[in-house]
Amino acid sequence: MIEWLRRLGATTLGSLGRLGRGTLFLLNGVAGLPSLLRRPGLVVAQLYSIGVLSLLIIVVSGLFVGMVLGLQGYYTLVDFGTAERVGQLAALSLTRELGPVVTALLFAGRAGSALTAEIGLMKATEQLSSMEMMAVDPYRRIIAPRLLAGFIAMPLLALIFNFLGVIGAYLVAVEMVGIDAGAFWAQMQANVSFVDDVINGTIKSVVFGLVATWIALFEGYDAPPTSEGVSRATTRTVVNTSLAVLGLDFILTALMFD
Amino acid sequence: MTNAPERRVSDVLVEIRDLHFSRGPRKIFDGVDLDIRRGKVTAIMGPSGTGKTTLLRLIGGQLRPDRGTIKVDGVDVHQLSRGELYALRRRMGMLFQSGALFTDLNVFDNVAYPLREHTRLPESLIRHLVLMKLHAVGLRSARHLYPAELSGGMARRVALARAIALDPMMVMYDEPFSGQDPISMGVLVQLIRLLNDALGLTSIVVSHDVQETAAISDWIYIISGGKVVESGPPDALFRSESAWARQFMHAMPDGPVPFHYPGPDYETDLLGSAR
Repeated sequence: MIEWLRRLGATTLGSLGRLGRGTLFLLNGVAGLPSLLRRPGLVVAQLYSIGVLSLLIIVVSGLFVGMVLGLQGYYTLVDFGTAERVGQLAALSLTRELGPVVTALLFAGRAGSALTAEIGLMKATEQLSSMEMMAVDPYRRIIAPRLLAGFIAMPLLALIFNFLGVIGAYLVAVEMVGIDAGAFWAQMQANVSFVDDVINGTIKSVVFGLVATWIALFEGYDAPPTSEGVSRATTRTVVNTSLAVLGLDFILTALMFD
Repeated sequence: MTNAPERRVSDVLVEIRDLHFSRGPRKIFDGVDLDIRRGKVTAIMGPSGTGKTTLLRLIGGQLRPDRGTIKVDGVDVHQLSRGELYALRRRMGMLFQSGALFTDLNVFDNVAYPLREHTRLPESLIRHLVLMKLHAVGLRSARHLYPAELSGGMARRVALARAIALDPMMVMYDEPFSGQDPISMGVLVQLIRLLNDALGLTSIVVSHDVQETAAISDWIYIISGGKVVESGPPDALFRSESAWARQFMHAMPDGPVPFHYPGPDYETDLLGSAR
């Protein structure tokens, strides 16, 4: 019993300590953002490796998710004689939920894990230490540009995902199944609100972008400098980001749509 | 700059007094006093795990001592603001055990890195400076290689060129000889002494390679059990009758540093049932 209590205490203290370190880490990273005004090239390079290199998986997944939505939506709606509303169904599901959430999950797997491994290995090979000893602040030089790039890249990726998803739904519903194209687009246009759906969905992905990049960078920075430590940190990034995104998505949905 | 006159008379560049530092329950330093003199090569030696690397990190301000002071060029490293500390670090070079080169940059860009970060020199001048530094370590023609293509010894020489890129007042070497073949070891040994004298540096070499280190150092501190146990010029330590110096300088397996990790005696252990 005492042992159990001891372990509970140790776990709680450990988690609180991590939370505190994580918050300090984020504050230090944010404090490094102004210095990027003089070095925009650093952010551009990260936008390329975080954003552009994630495009393929986002484009392909968006297309397939949209196609599946089109097909499943059609099967269900056709029984009620409202098959042309499949465009609305796909667009609403994508902009409100699937776009931001699936993009964030894919981002965690593609870009987040890469960030964690990169930072963790830089730490393990003393590159961060040597940077400090060369009087270069790793928060400004390494953390801040990645944080900003993730923050910018996520909403853009989510928009691209949504766009491709709608195209996928169109291909299946109109080109394959044969729903009238005019009805498909008209239903979508009439029932998707720019402010309520598109903007709210984008706000979600901005929040996810910050959280996913923060977790990925912090896990790397906080990883024990061994190969095992880095491998565990990479796993934790994907797991923790996915859980955080799904949890936050529920909260944001509850706040945004009533 | 207020106490500049006082600093000029002192020939001690790094002054460590009553240094205490522990990691968790483990005491690493328990009252260390030592002086690093300007223009000299000072070696800090001791068995593995005595916190020699930790000492360099304390001098560089990456770690804070529990008690005691470390003054570099007359200023207490741990009283400095972040900006002042970073300004001081520009005048210190450090050679990490692994080299710690940036793996995404080639040799040239690695050496150019501190220059590009801290100066606004035109690229043509940076090229000259980098080639000069690389020439000094014999790797001018290896400038297009990436760290993954270098041998361990070459990586350390590149790291050395990077450490002296900003013409620091002192260079700290963390185990520069460990894991080197005899030739690259010889090259590094020569380089440390040569650069120290040619560039007017102050060098701190942390190492447990006795012969190599003793050959180039002006003064040696032996650290064990968190304290300085011996110090003196190398030849005096070789001749010293003290048990510490004898065991360490002559690489004897048993002595004040026991061969066996502390624990219950052999017989009790063999006959007992505890695992």
